[in-house]
Amino acid sequence: MTVDLFIGRYPYYLVALLLIIGLYGITRKRNMLKKVIGMTIFQTSIYLFFIQGATKIGGTIPIFDPERGLDPAQYLNPLPQVMILTAIVVGVAITGVALSLLLLIYREYGSLDEDTVLRKMREDP
Amino acid sequence: MRRDFDTGLVEAVRTGTSREMSDPYESIFVHVVTKAMVPMIQIFAFYVITHGHYSPGGGFQGGVMLAASTILLRLALGRDESFRRFPPDWGALLAGGGTLLFAILGVIPLFFGGNFLDYHYVPIPGVDPVGLRYWGILLAEVFIGFLVWGALVAIYDALSGGGR
Amino acid sequence: MRILSLGLLALLGSMLAFAAGDLPARGDPGSPANTHVSTVYIEGALEDSNTPNMVTAVLADYRGFDTFGEAVVVFAAALSCLFILVRRRREDEEHEERTE
Repeated sequence: MTVDLFIGRYPYYLVALLLIIGLYGITRKRNMLKKVIGMTIFQTSIYLFFIQGATKIGGTIPIFDPERGLDPAQYLNPLPQVMILTAIVVGVAITGVALSLLLLIYREYGSLDEDTVLRKMREDP
Repeated sequence: MRRDFDTGLVEAVRTGTSREMSDPYESIFVHVVTKAMVPMIQIFAFYVITHGHYSPGGGFQGGVMLAASTILLRLALGRDESFRRFPPDWGALLAGGGTLLFAILGVIPLFFGGNFLDYHYVPIPGVDPVGLRYWGILLAEVFIGFLVWGALVAIYDALSGGGR
Repeated sequence: MRILSLGLLALLGSMLAFAAGDLPARGDPGSPANTHVSTVYIEGALEDSNTPNMVTAVLADYRGFDTFGEAVVVFAAALSCLFILVRRRREDEEHEERTE
């Protein structure tokens, strides 16, 4: 019973693990670049969650195949794939914005360490 | 004899000199191979964009490939030569032009009674609604490709300090 | 503090693992995500727009407004990168000119 539950749902556990790793990077790491890396891992877990929701056992890629006809059970779900297709490019752009903000912080304070930046902000407002 | 086959990386490791991101790569092989590869990457990227109706592909994927080819130029040829081939202003221009053309393409059906991006309301003689949607999808993919190309190159230029 | 945050992460992870039991099994063609609107896209893409690739048809036709929003987000991200870094560099140059 429990084994069946696990076998049918193992992608969810892997996605949850990846999400926790990303959150660990965001909350526990003091280097801001590592926080950005954690954010990227978090995003990846969301991508995987959506993509695995599109799978159908026995389905093929969502491109019309004359041998398979128009039966919806024969094709993977195209909707999550579209969402993640756009979300990946948006994720790259957002990582670019985060990196440019980090560049600005490094030029201003000479460090990416959270505590050092906070201390310098208090000393020299 | 040995020196002729040294790449710039080996030279830099041995002499301890560091290389700026905007300097050209020292090895002639990298320059020649880059100049030969970039047109092929771009042709394949245009194929990916325009063949998105029939195979995996489309504007986002092809645009990312075009941006990768431009960033390869930036990394291998250095600031001066790659700015001559792809000026830094073009990134923002391509991104803005792609978004503007996509928005115009979406607004056109509003004048003929459709919703935003409802291509099959546009009355073009000789093209049935199915064909209108087909060509509308193709135009939208091309504009998305230019937008992604320009946006990613603009982000790279801003981050690597070549933006102006 | 370290114990607290690690404990919170462990609690969140166990809650996610507990909630995974209620989600549909992997590859189930009858799951809610695979039934309602996506079947319309799969059946109608070729007929409506002569496009065998359903992902492209959904991306640029059925859900074009969604894609337009994403495109504007990418454009805004590129613009904000340019504004953050390029304007900063001009200020640096002015600062250097003033100090010289």
